[in-house]
Amino acid sequence: MSTDNDNQAGLVQPEALIRAVKEASTAIEAADGLDELAAAKSACLGDKAPVSLARRAIGSLPGNERGEAGRNVNAARQQITAVYEARKATLEAAEARRILREETVDVTARTPRRRTGARHPINVQMDRIADLFVAMGYEIGEGPEVELEWFNFDALNIHPDHPARTMMDTFHIADGDGELGSGMVLRTHTSTVQIHTMLTKEPPIYTVAPGRVYRTDELDATHSPVFHQTEGLVVDKGITMADLKGTLDHFAKSVFGPEAKTRLRPSYFPFTEPSAEVDVWFSAHKDGARWIEWGGCGMVNPRVLRACGIDPDVYSGFAFGMGVERALMLRHGITDLRDIIDGDVRFPAGLRVEE
Amino acid sequence: MRIPVSWLSEYAALPEDLSTAEIDAALVDAGLEVEAVHDLRAQVTGPLVVGRVASVEELTEFKKPIRHCHVDVGEDEPRSIICGARNFAEGDLVVVALPGAVLPGGFAIGSRKTYGRLSDGMICSARELGVSEDHEGIMVLPEGTVGADARPVVGLDDVVFELAITPDMGYCFSLRGVAREVAHRLGVAFDDPAGKAAEPAATEHQPYPLRVETDGCNRFTLREVRAVDAYAESPEWMARRLTQAGMRPLGLAVDVTNYLMLELGHPLHAFDRDKLEDVLVVRRAEQGEKLTTLDGAERALDPEDMVICDATGPLSLAGVMGGQSSEVDERTRNVLIEAAHWDQVAIARTSRRHRLSSEASKRYERGVDSALSLIAAQRAAELLVEYGGGTLVEEVADVDHRRPVAAIDLPVDLPAKTIGVDYDRDTVIAMLEAAGCAIESSTVDSGTVLTVTPATWRPDLTDPADLVEEVARLHGYAHIPSSIPRAIAGTGLTPQQRRRRRVARALADNGFIETYTFPFVSRERADELGLDEKDPQRDAVAVLNPLDDTAPLLRTTVLASLVGAVKTNLARGTRDLAVFEEGLVFQPAEGWTEFDLVDLPVSRRPGDEAISAAIRRLPVQPRHLAAILCGTAVPAGVEGPGRQVDWADAIEAAEIVAEAAGVELETAQGETAPWHPGRCAELRVEGEVVGHAGELHPEVCEALGLPRRTAAMELDLTAIPVPDLAPAPVISHYPATLIDVAVVVAEAVPAGEVEAALREGAGELLDGLRLFDVYRDAKLGEARKSLAFKMELRSVDRTLTNEEGVAIRDAAVAVAAERFGATIRE
Repeated sequence: MSTDNDNQAGLVQPEALIRAVKEASTAIEAADGLDELAAAKSACLGDKAPVSLARRAIGSLPGNERGEAGRNVNAARQQITAVYEARKATLEAAEARRILREETVDVTARTPRRRTGARHPINVQMDRIADLFVAMGYEIGEGPEVELEWFNFDALNIHPDHPARTMMDTFHIADGDGELGSGMVLRTHTSTVQIHTMLTKEPPIYTVAPGRVYRTDELDATHSPVFHQTEGLVVDKGITMADLKGTLDHFAKSVFGPEAKTRLRPSYFPFTEPSAEVDVWFSAHKDGARWIEWGGCGMVNPRVLRACGIDPDVYSGFAFGMGVERALMLRHGITDLRDIIDGDVRFPAGLRVEE
Repeated sequence: MRIPVSWLSEYAALPEDLSTAEIDAALVDAGLEVEAVHDLRAQVTGPLVVGRVASVEELTEFKKPIRHCHVDVGEDEPRSIICGARNFAEGDLVVVALPGAVLPGGFAIGSRKTYGRLSDGMICSARELGVSEDHEGIMVLPEGTVGADARPVVGLDDVVFELAITPDMGYCFSLRGVAREVAHRLGVAFDDPAGKAAEPAATEHQPYPLRVETDGCNRFTLREVRAVDAYAESPEWMARRLTQAGMRPLGLAVDVTNYLMLELGHPLHAFDRDKLEDVLVVRRAEQGEKLTTLDGAERALDPEDMVICDATGPLSLAGVMGGQSSEVDERTRNVLIEAAHWDQVAIARTSRRHRLSSEASKRYERGVDSALSLIAAQRAAELLVEYGGGTLVEEVADVDHRRPVAAIDLPVDLPAKTIGVDYDRDTVIAMLEAAGCAIESSTVDSGTVLTVTPATWRPDLTDPADLVEEVARLHGYAHIPSSIPRAIAGTGLTPQQRRRRRVARALADNGFIETYTFPFVSRERADELGLDEKDPQRDAVAVLNPLDDTAPLLRTTVLASLVGAVKTNLARGTRDLAVFEEGLVFQPAEGWTEFDLVDLPVSRRPGDEAISAAIRRLPVQPRHLAAILCGTAVPAGVEGPGRQVDWADAIEAAEIVAEAAGVELETAQGETAPWHPGRCAELRVEGEVVGHAGELHPEVCEALGLPRRTAAMELDLTAIPVPDLAPAPVISHYPATLIDVAVVVAEAVPAGEVEAALREGAGELLDGLRLFDVYRDAKLGEARKSLAFKMELRSVDRTLTNEEGVAIRDAAVAVAAERFGATIRE
């Protein structure tokens, strides 16, 4: 500090302050970067800046001038500070933009970090069917896959000499010596669950049983020794075949779309009387709208009710069973059943079925 | 059953303009499933005409004799045609395919030069036209108009329906039955072919000595035709109908029995009378008796089999198949016709026992009209006389042990109540009468109950429910309206069912693909999985009749079959795999072979004790879930080389399951096949072992063709408890005190156990504990390691001081020190 008092006193003159503000503003505005701005700040607002020197010069003024001089100096300093802050904000924003630009990546140059998983469409389909019937008040029944012949045949009115017993090509379980006579089979239909349900529950019974079944069919494009069925069973007072028809219509719409309807054709199953095959009208078939075979159904044979301890004079019921694979194939235009079941992960991964 | 429309129309008055589609619909509505429709009119396209052979010139200069014919086909000039057959003469009527015709198999007829002559068409054999298998020369027609379309003459103007007959409609294994159904459905007249012959009365003397000694024979009738040419060629119309129905003409006597079986549904058998000795006896077979049936098989007979015998022993397996020794052949002159009625169940058993399903057994098993026996025999005899000459012997044998058909009481409102259609009384009666039933309206119950006697051809009608079906079926299922029963208050999925879904969904969301495999595995699979000789998983349920003899066992683990899916994918070039399957496994019940087979009744509900005793034999069938991973867990890519799957991925898969199941999974060092002995985690829930996870044993990978380091896990879902109602967590509002602690322990001490010790020692204020580093260094000492943990301490009512934190840490380490000699690493 080697300036003299007169010079210092001159710094507080309004003209000098206006000049100082002007010069400082020019210097700050000229700063092109935060470093330059810091230097400008030091020059314009630092200890040796004119406004700082002016503040110190106030003390050398006569007492009655100090007030006004002080206000003038402060005002000048505030103006410079404001210019500085504005410039700083501008430069910081520019700097932030620069950094973001530098951080730019090619978002398409990416490899997945996780594996893609999927549920199997057959299981999803069975869950959907279960949901539909749960919404109607049904419960979901289950049973073993290795089953006593009594559950698979006898209780379902398929006695040992019944022709239907040869119609179903059954996997038999070997007895202890590897011979016939264990009395056990791999269940040929989910109708076995009807029996388990009726033996353990009192009517009213409203149940569906989705599950895996077995027949000795060689694997080809339309047959598999292992496949899935959904069985339905209702036993209540006053149940009619019209109730069966209505339930099937509702079921059909949920699987095949709102335009679906069903048609019953007379048929034969030992465990239902009357019996029917169910055809469904499928408007979205890949080869055009048509009737397709969907499953079997009928009114529970009173003999079956009796074998399960339910009085057929009080209760009546209906039952139905559908192949799950078949519905999936029709819905999605799958032509080879083996695609569904050979375990290739590309099938579940590629066929998204809504859950 | 194949039904030619021309034959059908003989008994059902089908309208002239009835389309194939309308017949199809009528059959389907009646419950006769149409498996195929063969339109014979489309079998040969182009000109196919009747021709008369005008001249035959024998060409002898070729390797085989060839005929150059001129055939008049109704044109100005006869056509020149070369023919290799020799079974015709000048003046014969033949079938000629003219150029432009296309025969079955796409065989196009043209005009061409062959054997040095012009061949301007083809003289056809029955096989070339696809009307039968007969290719012993060309077809020579008995009659026809030269130049006319030959299709009607050879039966190619017909449509043949191929029907699947359900077991309850045995009577539709006949034209008679199908015609009855179609006539009802179309509302046209039905002309019962059973009326073509009158039933003769039994005579005092039998045509052949006969004794019926078994109760399984309900009726046995015999007629005899003498001095007949039993091996004569059948008339063309009969041969054609047999062929259209899918049978081969085999000579008059056999053809007549087959023809009547198709027409009436009643099987017949023709014996060569001169081959019989002494007396015919109908009885059960004796132990050790043998019979060579017409199919050439020698069959050891069972004492339950019914046989027809003479003095030499069994001649015929009753109701199933005749024997060779009494077969009609070209020398047969005297024919004995048997028309019998057998017990359905006995025939079914014999058929199954001998694995012999014949046209006869198929019908007897399902029920044959016993009223027709003698009519059928009479018709057979008449046809034999008509086409084979000879005389019908007057004697008639009719041993009749039939029981009357039992009447069924049907409440007249039962059909309406069951079906939901308001059938009135008249409709119910009309439909039952259409089914052939005789109806008496009972005067008791003020006529509300009908006494219904089913027709003799409907032995399947035994219960009121059967009659309800007849009413609904004959009235038409199309009239059944649609209603939905009012819902009951359900409780939705069970906790186990919800859990199964959550678990599968969680795995799928974490990059696993669900698949399923057949549960059939080979005996070698247990070795490939490296199971110990005494491993209980070797004890498997066996399928008696597997499709694949190399895979006769049912899996005892899901992994045993799931590896198959992995191999399929690897073979197809998918190398990075994470798959899972959930399904049943099958474990023989302990000592099951010692448990009695319990005979459960069907006429009433079996008792609970009987059911329990019966199902003791069933295998235990818990639900398992398995996952297999191989290849990369994180694929190589722009960020780096990726990461290969390892044992920890398998444990994590189990943790995903546990989390979705709402249970805490505890892991401990395990050692079990098929896992790597040093890289296997035993998985526990509430202290119970529920599965294993880790890296598969290198030898297992080698044996199964899996990549090294393949990881796998298997959980017994059935063993995982469904969690109880969970208490809400206590949420502290105070900040956590974080302390790192590293302890040095011997290499052999599992980190999990150290962690458990620290947890125990730290007490209630420990809010989180996580292993973050494992460090080994010579300075730590020989075979020692440092395990570094992050501890998160928190109190619900205050901020913990550093001093408190250190005290908790020390308390934690103290337990680890006591248990494992752990020292704190400074």
